[in-house]
Amino acid sequence: MAINWFKYSAPTTFYGLAGKMIPWFAFPSAILFAIGLYIGFFVAPIDETQGEFYRIMFIHVPASILSMFLYLVMAGYAALGLIFNTRLSAMMASAIAPTGALFAFISLWTGALWGKPTWGAWWLWDARLTSELILLFLYLGFIALHASIDDPRRADRAAALLAIVGSVNVPIIYFSVRWWNTLHQGSTIKFSGTSMHIAMQHALFTMLAACWLYAIAIVLARVRSIILERERNTTWINELPEVRS
Amino acid sequence: MNLDIWMRENPFTYILCGSYAVALIIFVVEIAMVKHKRKITLQQVRLMRNAGDEK
Repeated sequence: MAINWFKYSAPTTFYGLAGKMIPWFAFPSAILFAIGLYIGFFVAPIDETQGEFYRIMFIHVPASILSMFLYLVMAGYAALGLIFNTRLSAMMASAIAPTGALFAFISLWTGALWGKPTWGAWWLWDARLTSELILLFLYLGFIALHASIDDPRRADRAAALLAIVGSVNVPIIYFSVRWWNTLHQGSTIKFSGTSMHIAMQHALFTMLAACWLYAIAIVLARVRSIILERERNTTWINELPEVRS
Repeated sequence: MNLDIWMRENPFTYILCGSYAVALIIFVVEIAMVKHKRKITLQQVRLMRNAGDEK
């Protein structure tokens, strides 16, 4: 049976689908967080050079990856909305921005907590750190710009431009440790392999999966509110069971 | 006590309270805000619907 995927690009059909998908991402996310934290704190061995402080990476690395990837997804949706004038794309971009900003903040916050005992400083104007801070400002700029324009369609277009232009920062963050002589370490996990202990890898990938599922669940929940708000004058919204009750 | 000495003597507390507890608070606040936003939006939509019915 062929599925018409374009059907779900309309807010009318996506609203219900998103509502059904949220528990499928939220509950596994909570379970994976618990498993990841258990492995990270009770199974993974102590690091030879960093001691216990390395355990911050189990939240720092997933938060950093999510902050970058969510920005690209947000910019992708914003571009789709700008090019094809699709309502749902712009709504998705608006729903992703706060979660991406929070992951960028967690990345910077946990990085500072790791930096103090390891480098001896909470903050350094290092290329990786500075470009991640710029990413947080780009997210905040997107949210602020969108909120400052009353007409939602105009707000979508203006914020989309910022998101697209700002996406150039993501490869800068990723490659900053290669392009410049930075204090921040490079990737420990590469396609060629890793020297990381297997338990550390399990904790890291479990936490990464948990953060992914959490991000999807919360974005879907937020986009449902955005759809409700934007489509409130339509008949299909007024016929929803939660509105009629 | 100096913070540097304290964090070296209590690394687990420093890691748990400093990063994981803060991340948990952020997630809980985000979930609460999304739920609150949905509640408010639903109330507004119901009000508009009821106002439309009265007309």
